[in-house]
Amino acid sequence: MLDILAGDIPATFLQLVTPDGVRQPDDRLDPWVEDVTGAHLVALYQDMVVVRRIDAEATALQRQGELGLWPPLLGQEAAQVGSARALRPDDFVFPSYRENAVAYCRGVAPADIVRVWRGNAQSGWDPYAFGMATPNIIIGAQTLHATGWAMGALADGVDSVAVTYFGDGATSQGDVNEALVFAASFQAPVVFFCQNNQWAISEPVGVQARVSIADRAPGFGIPSLRVDGNDVLAVMAATRIALDRARTGGGPTFIEAVTYRMGPHTTADDPTRYRPAGQLEEWAAKDPILRLRLLLDGLGLLTPEVEEQTRARADATAAVLRAGCIDMPDPEPLSVLAHVYTTPHAALDGQRANYAAYLAGFEQTSSDSTGGKA
Amino acid sequence: MTMTTIVRPSPSVAGPAPTSVPLATPVPLTGTTTLTLAKAINAGLRQAMLDDPKVVLLGEDIGTLGGVFRVTSDLLAEFGKRRVVDTPLAESAIIGTAVGLAYRGYRPVCEIQFDGFIFPGFDQIVSQVARIHYRTQGAVRMPITIRVPFGGGIGAAEHHSESPEAYFTHTSGLRVVAVSNPQDAYSLIRQAIASDDPVLYFEPKRRYHVPGAVSPELGAPMESARVVTPGTDVTLLAYGALVATATDAAIAASDESVSIEVIDLRSLSPVDYATVEASVRKTGRLVVTHEAARTGGLGGEIVAVVTERCFEYLEAAPVRVTGFDIPYPPAKLESHHLPDLDRMLDGVDRALGRRR
Repeated sequence: MLDILAGDIPATFLQLVTPDGVRQPDDRLDPWVEDVTGAHLVALYQDMVVVRRIDAEATALQRQGELGLWPPLLGQEAAQVGSARALRPDDFVFPSYRENAVAYCRGVAPADIVRVWRGNAQSGWDPYAFGMATPNIIIGAQTLHATGWAMGALADGVDSVAVTYFGDGATSQGDVNEALVFAASFQAPVVFFCQNNQWAISEPVGVQARVSIADRAPGFGIPSLRVDGNDVLAVMAATRIALDRARTGGGPTFIEAVTYRMGPHTTADDPTRYRPAGQLEEWAAKDPILRLRLLLDGLGLLTPEVEEQTRARADATAAVLRAGCIDMPDPEPLSVLAHVYTTPHAALDGQRANYAAYLAGFEQTSSDSTGGKA
Repeated sequence: MTMTTIVRPSPSVAGPAPTSVPLATPVPLTGTTTLTLAKAINAGLRQAMLDDPKVVLLGEDIGTLGGVFRVTSDLLAEFGKRRVVDTPLAESAIIGTAVGLAYRGYRPVCEIQFDGFIFPGFDQIVSQVARIHYRTQGAVRMPITIRVPFGGGIGAAEHHSESPEAYFTHTSGLRVVAVSNPQDAYSLIRQAIASDDPVLYFEPKRRYHVPGAVSPELGAPMESARVVTPGTDVTLLAYGALVATATDAAIAASDESVSIEVIDLRSLSPVDYATVEASVRKTGRLVVTHEAARTGGLGGEIVAVVTERCFEYLEAAPVRVTGFDIPYPPAKLESHHLPDLDRMLDGVDRALGRRR
């Protein structure tokens, strides 16, 4: 295992399932997934189909005006599901804004995943209830939070691990580089999970880095793994290696999951303006769900019952998402002023009182005019 | 003849005092004792760490060295490297890892080595620390204290004499305090650490070595201003190092039978307007002073609020005595930039209608 962790440059590209669904042996990774049974593979497949369906439904909701914005994860299902399903409940995730499948795997309700994109709140769930912070929009900022959390876990003497998600573009940010420095310095139990989806909005990864993203980490004193991000089994193995290192005092690990953003950056983006011809088709052939289907089919696990169950689960989740989104009550007007501080703040309390009186004035006027017509 | 002809060295803009002042720090503080302002903060930090094992210190050179101003002296030896953390040299990470520690239930106290070094950490402060409680609808608290030595008058190189407080009073979700004396330094650092909201704690670096009596009592709430010198003719608002200058100005003005009420704001967000308004209703005249540049400074906001609320009590337009709208100047020119006793008295003259 050490030969793939020791920072060999360029990093080895790790893969267990080929794009055409063939399981390749790899004695470095195999021990880490030997407990993954056929039933587990089916569950991973169903997770990926369901999160792709959530993604499609949310995109539709945005097109129908029910969401202000949506950042699709289309194409990144294996990277997110494979890593998230390797975590323990007491681990803590610090995501960017595209980790919708990670949120699903952590147990966040579908409507709560879209709450922030509907504009009803700045975050959709209680981080402590799911061991996952809410989306962070400032690029790379969350990597420092994960590192600090991990420093705390180390001080507390527990073997919980912080896992932070970010993209190839984020690796150019100062915060990510500072997080790598701090994590290495304190040997913090943190996993840096970079989804290299090839694009930072319109900028290809070559604008960010002249070497593979994974090759940067050893320079910080952090071992790295470069894994096929569209191979859910390899992603799970890599994540388990990193988690095990963190839990046993080995410090931080950097994972580059090589994947592809098959959709736009967000629903406000138009990738046809910058994506080279043929690139989408090239990556579609490496689709993470397609290859798992081929693998399951080859193993005789893709039965009509599994297909039907998967379809039903995706349909049901999409229905729950749609209903939960559309039925979401608008927030109360005065909640705009809530939770800025934990305790009373004179200036803000004055503004709240004034605005409450202002709003009450409209209600008074409204009831007055109604009374006049009557 | 106006009071501005009074020319004398401003004692509050003197360099650091000799280090021969008493530096003993009884632990814990059991009764009133004499401590320098720096030692008073040290005593407050130590007491907070004794009281709560979740209080941890993060910063550059705060461990073995005890901080470049020695504010954290001896704390590493007492509490160990898990609680007194010498960090790599990156301010954004000092703040950002404090956020993660706060997620885990810690109460981090970050030291920013000099005021001018806070800007690499600015994004984490305004985009994360200040708004995570709001963002998460109250689910996640950020009880982070960010200590910042601030202000000029020590003949320093660039980026070592800044007054960046207005950036933070403008940022919702933060509480901001500035201390002026050893007692407040002790009381307010303990209150800041105990606060479940993030607190920017500004330390007047040129007053670090000035001694004063310190009692372990926490005294008035952190959010309250303090009337330093009662007066009847003009209200003079100051904070941080300028409180001493303002107090000297009040003494000088009393020679000409002008009674200045000096108020130490202590809390810059929120401002204790009840105390400020009560004073202005009594005096009818207001002078606000700070070292920070004038435009967009805290003085302008205070003048606006007082004008809104006390318009009929005002006998004259409020006056600001502030730094100029310039980048911080070289050491040989800083005395022209910093409000001193004479510029404060000039402001008082204008508030009294003696000058325009």
